[in-house]
Amino acid sequence: MSSASPEVRLAGGRRGSTWRGRVFYALLLLSLAVGFLTLGTLIVDVFRKGIQYVDGVLLMNPPSSDPAIAGARPAILATLYLGVLIIAFTVPIGVGTAIYLEEYADKNRWYNRLLELNIQNLAAVPSIVYGILGLAFLVRGLGLGRVVLAGALILTLLVLPTVIIAAREAIRAVPGSIREGAYALGATQWQVVSRQVVPAALPGIATGSILALSRAIGETAPLILIGALTYISFNPTLLGPFTALPVQIYNWTKLPNAEFKGLAAAAIIILLAMILLLNAGAIWLRNRYEKKW
Amino acid sequence: MATPAVTLSLAPPRKRWGETVIRGVLALCALVSVATTLGIVAALFIPAFEFFQTVNFVDFITGTKWAPLFLQKSFGVVPLIVGTLSVTFWACLVAIPLGLGAAIYLSEYARPRVRKTLKPALELLAGIPTVVYGYFALTFVTPLLRDIGIQVSVFNALAAGLVMGVMILPTVASLSEDAMTAVPRDLRDGAYALGSSKLQVSTRIVVPAAVSGIVAAFVLGISRAIGETMIVLLAAGQQPNLAFDPRQAVETMSAFIAATGAGDVPTGSIEYKTIFAVGATLFAMTLVVNAVAIRLVRKYREAYE
Amino acid sequence: MVTMSNREAEPVTIVGVDTLDLAERDRSMPPPETGEVVFEVSDLTVSYSEVPALKDVSLKVYKNFVTAFIGPSGCGKSTFIRCFNRMNDLIPTAEVKGTVLYHGADLYGPQVDAVEVRKRIGMVFQKPNPFPKSIFDNVAFGPRVLGMTDDLDDRVERALNQAALWDEVKDRMKASALSLSGGQQQRLCIARCLAVEPDVLLMDEPASALDPIATTRIEDLMHDLKRHYTIVIVTHNMQQAARIADMTAFFSVDVSDGHRSGVLVEYDTTPKIFTQPSDKRTEDYVTGRFG
Repeated sequence: MSSASPEVRLAGGRRGSTWRGRVFYALLLLSLAVGFLTLGTLIVDVFRKGIQYVDGVLLMNPPSSDPAIAGARPAILATLYLGVLIIAFTVPIGVGTAIYLEEYADKNRWYNRLLELNIQNLAAVPSIVYGILGLAFLVRGLGLGRVVLAGALILTLLVLPTVIIAAREAIRAVPGSIREGAYALGATQWQVVSRQVVPAALPGIATGSILALSRAIGETAPLILIGALTYISFNPTLLGPFTALPVQIYNWTKLPNAEFKGLAAAAIIILLAMILLLNAGAIWLRNRYEKKW
Repeated sequence: MATPAVTLSLAPPRKRWGETVIRGVLALCALVSVATTLGIVAALFIPAFEFFQTVNFVDFITGTKWAPLFLQKSFGVVPLIVGTLSVTFWACLVAIPLGLGAAIYLSEYARPRVRKTLKPALELLAGIPTVVYGYFALTFVTPLLRDIGIQVSVFNALAAGLVMGVMILPTVASLSEDAMTAVPRDLRDGAYALGSSKLQVSTRIVVPAAVSGIVAAFVLGISRAIGETMIVLLAAGQQPNLAFDPRQAVETMSAFIAATGAGDVPTGSIEYKTIFAVGATLFAMTLVVNAVAIRLVRKYREAYE
Repeated sequence: MVTMSNREAEPVTIVGVDTLDLAERDRSMPPPETGEVVFEVSDLTVSYSEVPALKDVSLKVYKNFVTAFIGPSGCGKSTFIRCFNRMNDLIPTAEVKGTVLYHGADLYGPQVDAVEVRKRIGMVFQKPNPFPKSIFDNVAFGPRVLGMTDDLDDRVERALNQAALWDEVKDRMKASALSLSGGQQQRLCIARCLAVEPDVLLMDEPASALDPIATTRIEDLMHDLKRHYTIVIVTHNMQQAARIADMTAFFSVDVSDGHRSGVLVEYDTTPKIFTQPSDKRTEDYVTGRFG
């Protein structure tokens, strides 16, 4: 290299030497920050207002017009019941649908493609519409009444598309070579599906189902429409009136009394704790068992 | 290993009817989703149809006074639509730029490890129940707005809209980011090799290339905002004011449905049927918006996969 | 066009093929026509979405012989071998015309159940595909789905012995099959096939994904296995065919009707194919002039 070469400036800023680049980068970070800042503020705010009310009274007592002795026991129990029922309904139907679409259906037929489109569409329907469905058919149509079972059925239909989509992805991820190997040994289609494909897809299916469940237990609008709004002071039963935790939160928030708003915050803490637990469980499952093909 | 000397039967020992049964059961599972859609359509449009036998459709769609439960009934749905769109507007004002910004950061700027932590953290935002967001809007955001000088009433569209924006931000961000990461490396590399800065590559190459996926993300965010119930129920109020001023209370379609459906309107009455008429309107709106979004998603998937 | 014996051709030499060994085998092998016919293929044509991948193939596979299909890539060897156990059924666009007789029975007959076919005719694939389960469960899968669950432990052990894998895994039967090396995984896949006591073993390039040492072990295995099973193997490695096959079929690509389709060029005993091929195309291929 000639010593008389002109100085070459290669130095630049980290993310673009121009001030424009840096401003842009800052704006991007700001975008991200607003979301997380809001999340943080929300959690802190709820905690500050509600932590004092999280105690045995909240967990063990039924609601009351006297905030000092009001609790959310029936609501918490109902949410737990709903959770169990929702899993019991969505997993078989959702996985069954996913198996049908991935392993059995001829993808070139128009009706199977319509089926797929239908599921995509259902995933984007507002939750209140599912509430209307429940109101029309289950509560007033079938005459089931405003009961836990109706709530579970409606929430099942609400999260079913999510479970189907997650299960399909998990099943699709299982390599074709596994299926070929099983077929070549003389297994029937159901044997291949039930003994090789579904077991291999199980971690993905479980993760998807748990995440769907955590969404379902936070849903309020459909339950309000099918009548989970009434003042319930006794423990819920399958075919009895009920109120769930998110609905209880809604009820208490509506009341003008500031103490009830504090109780609402406390109930929110319980609900968020449940959801956090479910999400953490799902993530742990995914990290521990997910197969990298 | 030993082979039979004469005819070899390759027929199954008994016909495998079990396989047919299983196929039938699985198809039945798939039919649940079909039944759901049919149920939704029937649940909405049959009572809505009956409703429109009594109430003139044009009056409904264009009328500006909504008072179905009063003695002096009026069935103009425009205030509800305006209420919905007003809240949606503020939500989009928040979610679209911030969501896109977050997406660009995650896709173009963030290191892989940072991305791996931030993306699920963003999903956390989406996992918060909407009733919690509603509580937050009512008890924190509205007083906050007042503190900084905006004279909002106790129930107002602004607080609800802003919080709703944060709620749909992860949806917009996540889908936009997917669209942008799907853009092949070569396009970026070509631009970088010519000496472009990250800002230029992001805004002039990547975003335009991913535009159909990004617009799909926006549209899906809009769809969620239109149908959202709890935030508006708690924070926006139940007064069907025909108001564009976000500081006033409004009633959205979803809030009306929730409030009325939970109440004690007698089954089969005209008030009861308003639930379904408004529900059908809401469903029709989201259907159109979703159809647009799905077509766009398909378009961007086809382009790169 | 298939040519057998007779035409006196120029002897050829191929790198890596031991002509002395071939001559020895030529002398000691019984003439194929006297053997029992396991498969008889007549005018087989396989098309994918109407485009023929394989045209008008006719040959016979003999019992307890190792029959190799060789030829350049794209000549339909894999398509052909998959006809023997109806694996092409799994491909919706595939159409099979012609006849494949298995011990005299039409494999594609109207009453035939593909599951029954695959019970008797096993297949090992190019890339080892062990199930994500334990070693034991891999080998036991076949017997379990076919209802052969008596003495399961014995069956598994026997199969692993036949596949020359038992000694290496007998202490870790519960370990995941994915923890084995590539060569071990392939022998596990072979054991998996053997556990259901098939009649025929089809092998689609079984050693192409393996290192040379593992390949040698598989080839040695095939020498042992052919005493009890009929083996059909697809290989792109000519020298391998020369080492282990009794009969060799050479396929090539024919473009005469505008499509690239595979055709059977020559089918004869291995020594003949590699020392005195009758067809010029075969000679060009085995001497490395093309392909």
